[in-house]
Amino acid sequence: MASSRPVLEFRNVHTHYGPVHILKDVSLSIYEGQIVCLLGGNASGKTTTLKTVLGMVVPTAGEVLIEGEVVNGWRTAQIVARGVSMVPENRRLFKRMTVRENLEIGAYLRKDDTSADYERILDMFPRLKERLGQRAGTLSGGEQQMVAVGRALMARPRVLLMDEPSMGLAPVLVAQNFDIIRQINEAGTTVFVVEQNANMALSIADYGYVLQTGKIVLADTAPNLLANPEMRQAYLGEVG
Amino acid sequence: MDTFLWIVRVGAIILLIWGVAGTVVQGLSGQGPTGEAWRDLVVAGIAQGAMYGLIALGYSMVYGVLGFINFAHGEVFMSGGMVGFFVANYLWEVRLWETNFVLAILLVLLSSILTSTLVAVIVERIAYRPLRASPRLIPLITSIGISFFLQYTFAGLFGVAVKNYPPPPDSLRSRVSLLGLEIEGSKLLVIVVAVATMVGLYLFVEKTRTGRSIRAVAEDKEIAALMGIDVNRTIVATFAVGGAMAGVAGTLWALLFRGVSFITGFLPGIKAFTAAVLGGIGNLPGAMAGGVLLGLFEGVGPQLVLAGFGIPGVSQLKDVVAFTALVLVLIFKPTGLFGERLSAEDRA
Ligand SMILES: Nc1ncnc2c1ncn2[C@@H]1O[C@H](COP(=O)(O)OP(=O)(O)O)[C@@H](O)[C@H]1O
Ligand SMILES: [Mg+2]
Repeated sequence: MASSRPVLEFRNVHTHYGPVHILKDVSLSIYEGQIVCLLGGNASGKTTTLKTVLGMVVPTAGEVLIEGEVVNGWRTAQIVARGVSMVPENRRLFKRMTVRENLEIGAYLRKDDTSADYERILDMFPRLKERLGQRAGTLSGGEQQMVAVGRALMARPRVLLMDEPSMGLAPVLVAQNFDIIRQINEAGTTVFVVEQNANMALSIADYGYVLQTGKIVLADTAPNLLANPEMRQAYLGEVG
Repeated sequence: MDTFLWIVRVGAIILLIWGVAGTVVQGLSGQGPTGEAWRDLVVAGIAQGAMYGLIALGYSMVYGVLGFINFAHGEVFMSGGMVGFFVANYLWEVRLWETNFVLAILLVLLSSILTSTLVAVIVERIAYRPLRASPRLIPLITSIGISFFLQYTFAGLFGVAVKNYPPPPDSLRSRVSLLGLEIEGSKLLVIVVAVATMVGLYLFVEKTRTGRSIRAVAEDKEIAALMGIDVNRTIVATFAVGGAMAGVAGTLWALLFRGVSFITGFLPGIKAFTAAVLGGIGNLPGAMAGGVLLGLFEGVGPQLVLAGFGIPGVSQLKDVVAFTALVLVLIFKPTGLFGERLSAEDRA
């Protein structure tokens, strides 16, 4: 599954918000076709990691590489054009736009025909078909998640970033959500998912990293992490 | 506090009804304006209101994307009207104004649009972009400074005297008949141009790629950037479009009143801001409707309400009526007539 060169790579990345040191020497590699998860508690730097990929946060040291090319300092639009898109934390739909417009705006940078992707997304989320003309702000949380995923897929990304997709969703929707992530991955998209819900994320991931106050403290294949006693104790809610 | 608000609301309604009743009584006893005079007041109100609406769009659009009131927008409007005057005057001298008025007014309109657009874009680049990260009060205060700067730049360059556009051709001064109504030609032209421009703007914002990126940036800049939208370029486009609308209004002002001076942007600017708030700031159809309503209020309001109290010389009190209308609307509906209450999350 893993090809020789990572699609997305961090080499000793540090970031700061003003004087505050957030990411500390983060290195990670995501290979084509994988699902990789980044686990960590609140305020551990998960969102910052994704924003760093997208150029919304610029590293103060280290390198971010996309397909072997250093992209430090690139504008977000350039990185999106390079094939990275994100389902942001809390979905952040354009609430005053219709569902259709939200999907279409996901393909903002594309010049080619997007209708096939549009159809594919509606097949993946049939519930959205009756709601295309509805304002996104009026949808339920689960439906908003579908639109957020669809919007990101409309860019036809090579790498899909997902920031805590299970946050604020009912358990049954969380399971569906991870099913969808697996489907998307099987259709050929590399997925980098950030989660606090470690069990769920590791159940679909190939590889996982654990972030603690901005440092990677564990990195291993998903089965190994699930079996790791240290991991079970600290992150999977089990008492030693 | 709440009780006080209700007392004010009830009092306002009683005064309104009282005034209107007084006017009706006067009308029944044969005093007051004729039906024809009322109709002229309504038409003049709508024409002037349509112009306010065009300016109001600029306030509303900029508020939408940047969250502050650009008080220099009245001067953006004035600069278009002012440059339009020089073009009109030239066209008068070369006699094109008389021989081909349609072409002449189109050239004036074009020059006015170009000027206002350019001024709006330059102001954004020089004065507002460096303040993008500051609290919203800072660009707001800056805009007041820019407003004075533009006024006195124009005063310095072209003098303080009022400049009168050449007289419009007879066809515009006479009445034309439309659907059985006799309407003054220039007012009809103003209404037609304003409506066409507003429809054009609406289609632009709703249907085009740039229009969609303006709406996206207005809702959430970070996510707009995540879609690959160039936020800076979109903000420039917003100022440009708002400026163009003000440029159209500059020419309409000339058709209605002929006279322009460095101070011409002030009162219409404040009125258009009022219209934008009236319609619910940030809401584009609201800004247009707010403009027309404000024009109607100040066109008809003095005769309809104030005359009923037996106040003399009411037609000079239209500014009072306009701003009273604003206060009243805000007392009854603080978000404006068509405003949606935005949650803290939406405003972030
Ligand atoms: N824009 C910002 N300015 C300053 N500090 C920030 C900003 N965004 C996040 N932080 C801080 O950075 C740390 C990591 O935040 P974040 O990456 O959002 O964590 P997570 O997504 O893991 O919850 C937190 O301590 C947070 O308070
Ligand atoms: Mg987060």
